[in-house]
Amino acid sequence: MNLHEYQARELLRAAGVPTPEGDVASTPDEAEAIARRIGGTVVVKAQVHAGGRGKAGGVKLAATPAEAKAHAGRILGMQIKGLTVQKVLVVPAADIATEAYVGLIVDRESQRPLLMVSPAGGIDIEEVAAKTPEKIFKLAIDPRYGLMAHQALGLGFKLYADAAQARAAAKIMTTLYGAFMANGASLAEINPLVTTSDGTVLALDAKISIDDNELDRRPDLAGLRDESAEAPAEVAARHAGLTFIKLDGNVGCVVNGAGLAMATMDLVKYYGGEPANFLDIGGSSNPEKVVNALRIITSDPQVKAILFNIFGGITRTDDVANGIKTALAEFPVKVPIVVRLTGTNEAEAVKILQGIGMTALNDMDDAVQKIVALVREAA
Amino acid sequence: MSIFVNAATRLVVQGITGRDGSFHTRQMLSYGTRVVAGVTPGKGGQQFEGSVPVFNTLADAVEATGADTSIIYVPPAVAASAIAEAADAGLKFIVCITEGIPVVDMMKVMPFVREQGARLLGPNCPGLISPGQAKVGIIPGNICAPGRVGLVSRSGTLTYEVVNHLTRNGIGQTTCVGIGGDPIIGTNFIDVLTAFQADPDTDVIVMMGEIGGTDEQKAAAFVKAHVTKPVVGFIAGQTAPPGRRMGHAGAIISGSSGTAAEKMAAFRDNGIAVMERPVDVVRLVREKLGK
Repeated sequence: MNLHEYQARELLRAAGVPTPEGDVASTPDEAEAIARRIGGTVVVKAQVHAGGRGKAGGVKLAATPAEAKAHAGRILGMQIKGLTVQKVLVVPAADIATEAYVGLIVDRESQRPLLMVSPAGGIDIEEVAAKTPEKIFKLAIDPRYGLMAHQALGLGFKLYADAAQARAAAKIMTTLYGAFMANGASLAEINPLVTTSDGTVLALDAKISIDDNELDRRPDLAGLRDESAEAPAEVAARHAGLTFIKLDGNVGCVVNGAGLAMATMDLVKYYGGEPANFLDIGGSSNPEKVVNALRIITSDPQVKAILFNIFGGITRTDDVANGIKTALAEFPVKVPIVVRLTGTNEAEAVKILQGIGMTALNDMDDAVQKIVALVREAA
Repeated sequence: MSIFVNAATRLVVQGITGRDGSFHTRQMLSYGTRVVAGVTPGKGGQQFEGSVPVFNTLADAVEATGADTSIIYVPPAVAASAIAEAADAGLKFIVCITEGIPVVDMMKVMPFVREQGARLLGPNCPGLISPGQAKVGIIPGNICAPGRVGLVSRSGTLTYEVVNHLTRNGIGQTTCVGIGGDPIIGTNFIDVLTAFQADPDTDVIVMMGEIGGTDEQKAAAFVKAHVTKPVVGFIAGQTAPPGRRMGHAGAIISGSSGTAAEKMAAFRDNGIAVMERPVDVVRLVREKLGK
């Protein structure tokens, strides 16, 4: 789960990372009030889960509170990469002397938190990584001992020649690591970490992603989720215990298991169709999940046909068949449905489907070829 | 022969009285797996299905029954602790089925598992099965058959799909291993490839990968350098969207984006025969087996 910049900033501030003052606003008037409180020139920043905010016009300098209000008025409600801006962050315009990068991720290979720092921070950090990887310094932290003082200071000196600044950066890295582990983050980055003309080291922008598996035991973090920043169908799917990602095609897919779901989408494409979505109904079967899955998929007007691909293991195929039966009784499905199922309780499932005039296919390739042909006929 | 588990495996089930644990223990027992003990704190002294003794702690279970392998079906919040308990009790092979373990918990427990010299399979995996000998996990036994193909996969149901194709076409397996889809897992492709390479009864290896990370690329390079047996590979997720990134530098700085195309190219470049569709496994494995 991605946090907004203002949420990440608050989290790091609470942990003790020095950040500029500032606050978040939902209306132009609030933005004006914050700008007045800060005084001087401020930056008004769109809060959306998308990169390239500045290029899209979502980050503006304002010399006066009135200008801050005007910018906020334009930015709030703006669409950036399909997402509507609901909030802006208002912060003082920092006088920036240098920009560095400090980030932490979960490293699959070392199976440790990987700290990455670079004196060449800012918006071009990805280019730095690609073209001058020697300017990025990495350390896989052993979680048994944490980030040790000498390690942090050593990396601090990779960023700054000045000892006081190196120490300040080391303290920020240590605090960031603490916040990363304490909040079960999968990514935490400060970019840029700036020095101002008086030599102060400050975190100017922050991004944090929380591991989804952490949210069950951390209602405080789960409460930071901003559902207005997500596609409505994806929110509905999550509430129904389904994993759903909308795509651009017209073949709706309902599958059990993520790997098989991806392979099903790939096979649709292989036979010349275009998948409309990724949808995993998960391991344990429950007819209600199938009803919800059909409801979500049929709400997409682009969908011309729906394919079920169920390999029963823990998932009972008769539960899936019952779900289809219940859904069809509850609401109309105007597009054709092709069902492939095999495995646990297959005979019962076939009987249930026959009872409502449907046939079940046993083979995945047959089912995908059939649905692609149906979509072609309909076109 | 087989890898990791066989007819002699003495299995203890952590979370044996839970909803998932009890269901799958019955399945494993009916397959013929030697389930010698179960653990549920507070239920020590009970008998599961009238035949499997239940203990309060894993240490008690191991001492009383000589269990050598554990399987974990406990909820995610306590799963890392169950893994540590198994490693601490001296078990050398631990299978964790649990899905949804916080990644921070896994980063903390892995160094301990390695220090104890244990091998963890999973978490968030379907376990493994050596057809005709032992089923340790949730892979349906009826779709597998004994034979000479070793299969390793990051997926669950996609594995069933492929195994089913093999079995229906008369191609059996030595062992089918699900390594799990989480970012931090105990056993990776290379570990399983190493075991299959050393297993005299495995003639062909099937490797099922997916998008994300670089494990498949590393495994492909390993195959070229160290595996003399033919390998057939699949990558799921060619049509998966790259995901709405929030401009995270982290994933990019740390390396590859792990697309399907990149991984399939790595397979081909290293001599692995690539399946375009799951059903292609039959044709490619037959070619490699020379039948």
